Amino acid sequence: MRDELLSILEKNSRIDFKELAVMLGATEEQLLQEISRLEKENIICAYHTLINWEKTDIEKVSALIEVKVTPQRGQGFDHIAERIYNYPEVKSVYLISGGYDLLVTLEEKSLKEIAAFVSDKLSPLDSILSTATHFILKKYKDHGTIINKTGKDEREMFTP
Amino acid sequence: MRNFLSDKVTGIKPSGIRKFFDIVSEMKDAISLGVGEPDFDTPWFIRDEGIYSLEKGRTFYTSNSGLKDLRKEISNYIKRTQNIDYDPDNEIIVTVGGSEAIDIGLRAVINPHDEVIIPQPSYVSYEPCAILANAKPVIINLKAENEFRLTPEELLNAITDRTKVLILPFPNNPTGAIMEKEDLEKIAKIAVEKDLLVMSDEIYSALTYKGKHVSIASIEGMKERTILINGFSKAYAMTGWRLGYACGPKDIIKQMTKIHQFAIMCAPTTSQYAAVEALRKGDDAVEEMRKSYNQRRRFLMNSFKEMGIECFEPYGAFYVFPCIKEFNMTSEEFATKLLMEEKVAVVPGTAFGDCGEGYLRISYAYSIDNLKEAISRIDKFVKKLKS
Repeated sequence: MRDELLSILEKNSRIDFKELAVMLGATEEQLLQEISRLEKENIICAYHTLINWEKTDIEKVSALIEVKVTPQRGQGFDHIAERIYNYPEVKSVYLISGGYDLLVTLEEKSLKEIAAFVSDKLSPLDSILSTATHFILKKYKDHGTIINKTGKDEREMFTP
Repeated sequence: MRNFLSDKVTGIKPSGIRKFFDIVSEMKDAISLGVGEPDFDTPWFIRDEGIYSLEKGRTFYTSNSGLKDLRKEISNYIKRTQNIDYDPDNEIIVTVGGSEAIDIGLRAVINPHDEVIIPQPSYVSYEPCAILANAKPVIINLKAENEFRLTPEELLNAITDRTKVLILPFPNNPTGAIMEKEDLEKIAKIAVEKDLLVMSDEIYSALTYKGKHVSIASIEGMKERTILINGFSKAYAMTGWRLGYACGPKDIIKQMTKIHQFAIMCAPTTSQYAAVEALRKGDDAVEEMRKSYNQRRRFLMNSFKEMGIECFEPYGAFYVFPCIKEFNMTSEEFATKLLMEEKVAVVPGTAFGDCGEGYLRISYAYSIDNLKEAISRIDKFVKKLKS
């Protein structure tokens, strides 16, 4: 049940649990127990909502920042990653293989604020060698969801 | 002016529910649970391969029996799912959907007055295809009490000296019934004893919910007397690509290829290239869709239970087949009233044979949200009827 449950919740965490239990062929109690286990084991870390901010009046600017760092003795990349991810405006931090080390996504109200974050907060950190900032111009797909998808059923009627 | 029409064709009765579907297609904001095709788009990697083949200019005919690579992949697929060996060179033909395979399969084996046994309720084209091939269709009315499986007794009762072909449509449209290995072994024994050819339509084979599908061709002594029909429409959500295939004894496939070659030439080339990719890399995608269907199936079964409507549990395809006899209406009356009053379209069981009377075919090739809305409307309708 676990795999199937996770793949459903990943797409829709607001699904009605009674209904979900039926869909998985389990009792509601079994389902709730399993979900609470998954939460305790930190397999389910959080429940988010995917918002298309472009359609609101709220200004948001996002950027991907490639960061090259010198790993620190005894701590590798973990310590520097923590110094970065503790900023609430940082949305994600990934350790990456290839030409640079950390990929940081940042969300701010304006270009200026992103520039300020990079120059005032990120770059001055001790072990950071260089950064490259890429602004996101348009989101086509995020978290497995196509942003502007119209879900119209276009199947035609035919005699079965 | 003369009457130019063929007596045989005009004699075939048109689908009785045409009128019903005309109403459905005219009606705005009706929710349909009537369509017999997947709601999923064809997985992107398959579509991408089709597009790529067009970009490469692969727009010619293929060999009559289909791309060699595709026949090889079909052979591999059947080997890995059913452990049957079919020679890609002589024992496989790629057709325009499973439906073409049914048509040319019957035409390749029937002599006038041969009898073809057709268990019903089942897909609508077996009977007309048999008639067009000059066969006499012999109908077996399957029973809910047997979970709409074909029993050896029913088969024996239908066999005469003229019986040549048994059509075996499992997993079944419209009932969702399956035949398990033990059921098939009994049928196989009779087929051998009575020297019958079995046309096994396994188009829904990838969509079963109680163990893996077993093909009757995998039972000892059956490969040489079975035409196995399958295709890409249901498993890979590729209905519009029109691609199916038949596997069978060399002699039969050779004659089928002859008809196919004169009538069709070859199956669509783009579809064939896409299908090669589907068979090579599609197992995970099929499994994802199967899981989704299974979740919806459980949801519907539970909903009918809560409504107090009798419905045997189907383990295949994407249909449930609830019984509405308690409401003292024909299937068509019930479906029409449901459509008019609550705007939900379902298919009367009678579309699939007279013995479908008293039943409805409900497709769960729809999103859960769609099903939920439809079920709440059906619930309202049923409560009105019962009060």
